[in-house]
Amino acid sequence: MKRSRGLATYAIGAYMFLHVPLLILAAFSFNRSRFTVWEGFSLSWYAAVFRDSQLTEASWNSLVIAVVATVVATIIGTLCAYGLWKRSSPVLAGSLYLSLVTPEIVTGISLLAFYQWIFRFLRVPLGMHTVILAHVSFSIAYVVIVVTARLRTVDGQLEEAALDLGANEWQAFRYVTLPAIWPGVISAALLAFTVSFDDYVITSLVAGVDSETLPMVIYAIARRGVNPVVNAISALIVVAFGTLILISERLRST
Amino acid sequence: MNRLRAWFLAPAWVVMLSLFFAPLAIILAYSFETRGPYGGISLPWSIESYQRLADPIYLVILWRSFWIAGLATAGCLLLGFPLALFISRAGKRKNLYLSLVILPFWTSFLVRTYAWMFLLRDTGLINTTLQKIGLIHDPLPLLYNDGAVILGLVYGYLPFMVLPLYATLERLDRNLLEAAADLGARPWATLTQVVMPLCAPGIRAGAILVFIPCLGAYLTPDLLGGGKSVMIGNLIQNQFTTARDWPFGSAVSLTLMAIVMLLLIASIRREKDGLL
Amino acid sequence: MECVLELREVSKHYPTHRAVHSLSLSIAPGEFFSLLGPSGCGKTTTLRLIAGFEEPTSGQIRLKGADIQHLKPYQRNVSTVFQNYALFPHLTVQQNVEFGLRRKGENHIDRRVREVLELVQLAGKEARHPSEISGGERQRVALARSLVLAPDVLLLDEPLSALDPNLRKQVRAELKNIQRRVGITFLFVTHDQEEALSMSDRLAVMNGGELQQVGTPEDLYLRPRTRFVASFLGALNWIDGVGVRPETTRISKQPAGSDTRSRPATILQSTFLGNVVHVEVRLADGQTLVAEVAHHDNSFAIGDPVHVWWRHSDELTLE
Repeated sequence: MKRSRGLATYAIGAYMFLHVPLLILAAFSFNRSRFTVWEGFSLSWYAAVFRDSQLTEASWNSLVIAVVATVVATIIGTLCAYGLWKRSSPVLAGSLYLSLVTPEIVTGISLLAFYQWIFRFLRVPLGMHTVILAHVSFSIAYVVIVVTARLRTVDGQLEEAALDLGANEWQAFRYVTLPAIWPGVISAALLAFTVSFDDYVITSLVAGVDSETLPMVIYAIARRGVNPVVNAISALIVVAFGTLILISERLRST
Repeated sequence: MNRLRAWFLAPAWVVMLSLFFAPLAIILAYSFETRGPYGGISLPWSIESYQRLADPIYLVILWRSFWIAGLATAGCLLLGFPLALFISRAGKRKNLYLSLVILPFWTSFLVRTYAWMFLLRDTGLINTTLQKIGLIHDPLPLLYNDGAVILGLVYGYLPFMVLPLYATLERLDRNLLEAAADLGARPWATLTQVVMPLCAPGIRAGAILVFIPCLGAYLTPDLLGGGKSVMIGNLIQNQFTTARDWPFGSAVSLTLMAIVMLLLIASIRREKDGLL
Repeated sequence: MECVLELREVSKHYPTHRAVHSLSLSIAPGEFFSLLGPSGCGKTTTLRLIAGFEEPTSGQIRLKGADIQHLKPYQRNVSTVFQNYALFPHLTVQQNVEFGLRRKGENHIDRRVREVLELVQLAGKEARHPSEISGGERQRVALARSLVLAPDVLLLDEPLSALDPNLRKQVRAELKNIQRRVGITFLFVTHDQEEALSMSDRLAVMNGGELQQVGTPEDLYLRPRTRFVASFLGALNWIDGVGVRPETTRISKQPAGSDTRSRPATILQSTFLGNVVHVEVRLADGQTLVAEVAHHDNSFAIGDPVHVWWRHSDELTLE
């Protein structure tokens, strides 16, 4: 079937809808004025980002939380996906699926209620650890889905061959299956990192005073009104994540 | 093998039981208690919180949420179907075009929502531009209404619609399109009589993937809808913060979850092919 | 010759190869015409050019005297039976068959569908979906779906290749029978020479995007012009620049008489095939030939010295 011009025009419109708002947002981070009127090029808002101790601290918190949560969730999720690949467990798979579709606000308030309840008995206050645990719990399902997709491409007989050649079960996993699914594990980790770094709704409910994250600060500024500092930090996030995705794609294709 | 598998699944079980099911169990318990004098929770057990949901104020919020999520889903379909069709016919550039759809999804949801605030607010780019070229005098009320919320939701969840649609369009046997043309069907007839019916599973999957997060959306109505556009998500958040009525907030949360689960069960029974 | 479909110097060139090159063909009304050739010879591309799924790089395609090469598929009164049938899986047999009639806004749809389903012996299966009928039935639905439109030419793209071999021979006869009854011109694409020889009024052999030879089955089998045509239509022994078919190659203990040519040889192998025996012999120069002999004539043991011979009149003179 011939490519239709109408369809192509429509698609260009859809792509503009998807990308132009972010491009404009980034463009105005270079604006000298703090209002949405172009007054000339300036990097002052980027300087402001790095001067703002609240922003840098929150970025650091976000990074620590995302890295720790990603590592833990990737390990747990990969092992889980492998276990489910060996023999399915509808109950566990269903639970993971359910956790994925549970509205964030429900996950957030139920975790908040849970942490309050723990506090009553164990006196554990809200803080980085509660945020990290929350992030681990909602990231696992993403990891399981991505790794499972990769496992579907793996020939189950490879492990049987390994066992036949004298490997034990752990060795069969470690030296045969894990290398085969490694690109999927990396993709999964990347997704978990993005989801964790980006989360506002759940984090804002379970964070303590010492664990304010970057999305929380952005949210607070955004609620107060337009601030080009948010444009600058948004542009930085977009570029940082874009680079991360590109690197991972490169790694995957080699 | 079973020993090793049990060890592999154990951590996931521990996390799910302690950080997903236990918290849900707690709000399930809360939902049957009553609000204490200082906003705390106290016995006796009661189903009062669920009864309050029948109050017209809350029924309206429920209805609005369904309506807004439905419109956002329709918007995603309207925008996403031609886009998916275009990508599926793009030949060698398919992957590039597909990445261009997914790319914004990898950047922060909050940032993407803020981008629309930046464009739509009274002193935002659209209004200042229109004022500058003299089309309008006073800024148009673009932000803080249902339209802005729907726009934000479409923007946020479009990839969820495009991906399953693309997957079914990609699997579509090209011979069927040729056969339709061969039998005298013009492109529009081929689209409506052959392509769309065969893509019904993809359309249903995309609709459910968009509708569910839209129904429970909190951030988008909060930032783009302002105080005017309250959806279920905002109602829940409000009960746990300002209103301090945890039992009622818990009851609303569980009702929302029940609705989501019903939708999912209905869609899975129809397709018999879950995502996991 | 009166013709319904005519191809004039039609070419389809791709950046990397020439799928069809300067092809000219005339097909008469009511004819069962086959395009025969190995895979990649351009026969399917030719069919797709006629159907309108591809546009020729150059040349003319004329249907009933009018140029159609620039028309869209839905503007041409030709119809295709696809190799995989391409039945619409979401429609019933009835809906599949009436699809084209509805697109063209024709009348008496029910009656015409009923008639064509009776013709292909599918009456009673109207409400089934393609997934609920057998492979042979699907093939007949695809045929009915096209026939009902009464196309000027019906294009068939290897329609028997998806059937199991037992069914194939039976369907051949049915297809030929249907074609005779409806009188519609069939253009049949196949790589199976037996299919082409047994069903066609005339056939064309293609290779490498070019036409090799056109003629009746007898013409092509008995008087092939090129070595390619000769060997594609049947087994061939190639001796000293002439071709001889195995069934006209003889073997005997003694040298044969006049009017024949003969070579000394030794028996290499003989394979019993039921109706005949395939005997493989080796000439003095090491070349091997195959002879098809009746089994009562087969009194040779491996290693026996024999004479291979054939009549002058059975030699195929090839370019």
